[in-house]
Amino acid sequence: MAKYLLLKHYRGAPAPANDVPMDRWTPQEISAHVQYMHDFAARLEKSGEFVDAQGLAPEGTWVRYDGEGRPPVTDGPFAETKDLIAGWMVIDVDSHERAVELAGELSAAPGAGGEPIHEWLELRPFLAAPPTITD
Amino acid sequence: MDEALLRGLTPGVLGILVRRGADFAAAEDAVQDALLEAVRVWPDDPPRDPKGWLVTVAWRRFLDATRADTARRRREDRLDEEPPPGPAPALDDTLRLYFLCAHPSLTPSSAVALTLRAVGGLTTRQIARAYLVPEATMAQRISRAKRTVAGVRFDRPGDVATVLRVLYLVFNEGYSGDVDLAAEAVRLTRQLADAIDHPEVAGLLALMLLHHARRAARTAPDGALVPLAEQDRGRWDTRAIGEGIAVLQAALARDRLGEFQAQAAIAALHADAPTAEETDWVQIVEWYDELVRLTGSPVVRLNRAVAVGEADGPRAGLRALAALDDTLPRHTAVAAYLHERDGDLATAARLYAEAAHHAPDLAERDHLTRQAARLNARLRR
Repeated sequence: MAKYLLLKHYRGAPAPANDVPMDRWTPQEISAHVQYMHDFAARLEKSGEFVDAQGLAPEGTWVRYDGEGRPPVTDGPFAETKDLIAGWMVIDVDSHERAVELAGELSAAPGAGGEPIHEWLELRPFLAAPPTITD
Repeated sequence: MDEALLRGLTPGVLGILVRRGADFAAAEDAVQDALLEAVRVWPDDPPRDPKGWLVTVAWRRFLDATRADTARRRREDRLDEEPPPGPAPALDDTLRLYFLCAHPSLTPSSAVALTLRAVGGLTTRQIARAYLVPEATMAQRISRAKRTVAGVRFDRPGDVATVLRVLYLVFNEGYSGDVDLAAEAVRLTRQLADAIDHPEVAGLLALMLLHHARRAARTAPDGALVPLAEQDRGRWDTRAIGEGIAVLQAALARDRLGEFQAQAAIAALHADAPTAEETDWVQIVEWYDELVRLTGSPVVRLNRAVAVGEADGPRAGLRALAALDDTLPRHTAVAAYLHERDGDLATAARLYAEAAHHAPDLAERDHLTRQAARLNARLRR
């Protein structure tokens, strides 16, 4: 088994085919989309491949150490930041092929007009613990 | 076996152990062990005196755990002399535990965890699942909390307000995992209301009951939030509403108003209205005025602006809103709502989309996005 992170971006991913902001969909289209996401996660729970899913607020803060005895420096959010993560799903699957297959299904979630969004999702393998048997 | 009944005995049993001289942390562990043992044994062999059984088993576990040669003999002698626990002192023990677990030296998250375990009788695993953190993390939080209160004298009365804040936090967390935290908060607050005669405890219990009553109507089958005005009032729990109103009326009759009673009064006015249109918004504004006077809270002022919008029209609501800091959470959502009521759909749609961008949770973000989408669809026609 190998764990993969499916990353969804607010910004930074190539534009999807069906690129209409959500507040321009009909309420029914929004409901259909939300339902698709719920069903997808529920199906992975049943198949024993679901680990975690979380959404992130669009705006955060940059923070860094500013030396002994000083409070950390905070800044941002920076408008020019290219990459902005919207949320993730972690899956635990048997193969890279399976991970790609699931990411493809998630990207088919319906959007405006009930058509698949074709949203680009970033698929990243976890760096796992070393295996016990190495030779 | 009724797990809630079993857990209802928890604080009384723990109180007895502490009164016998056990230190709090060790006694609390022993009571947890006894609860687990009860879950295992009772279905096949139910005891005649459940509480006595728990005290006996917990006390043995405590002795086992703290066994040290000389001390052991002394404690076991004491066990033999111990009279069977009577029902009378149970309430005082319970009350002391609430105060200890919500002690001001604890952080809110620690007080919540300790209350759920020591007063509520939940296991560390259940609490961890409810708050979506690893079990080891929750175990550490609870043992640190126990160390923090280890030196607190167990015989002094505590502060009711801190206990109420902890219970309010638990209730607001709703439910996730296998524990219904809202129902657990209602149970713990009801138990507290039985132990102490205090109008604000009753006020919080009424507030919880009145909000809990709406739960089934608050979400659509697909998980979408349903606003109060659009809820199917036939799905409200009339028994919980009846109880909440009775508890509130008894509290208000004492003439010692506090913020929970005032909040419950607003919830009761909503519960009283057969339809959203028949809501007595004028009275609700008056209660918000009381709440502003009691708390000065900007969030209360924001909710008051909504009520003013209903009582005196959206323009009046927008004027009330204009006086408030626009960085307040939900300020933009309230502005969107009032602009829609005022007929300015384009502004409302824009504000709903902006509010969705700042929404603190997914359900609210989806709800606000739907509102924007609904208005944008109307504007396209």
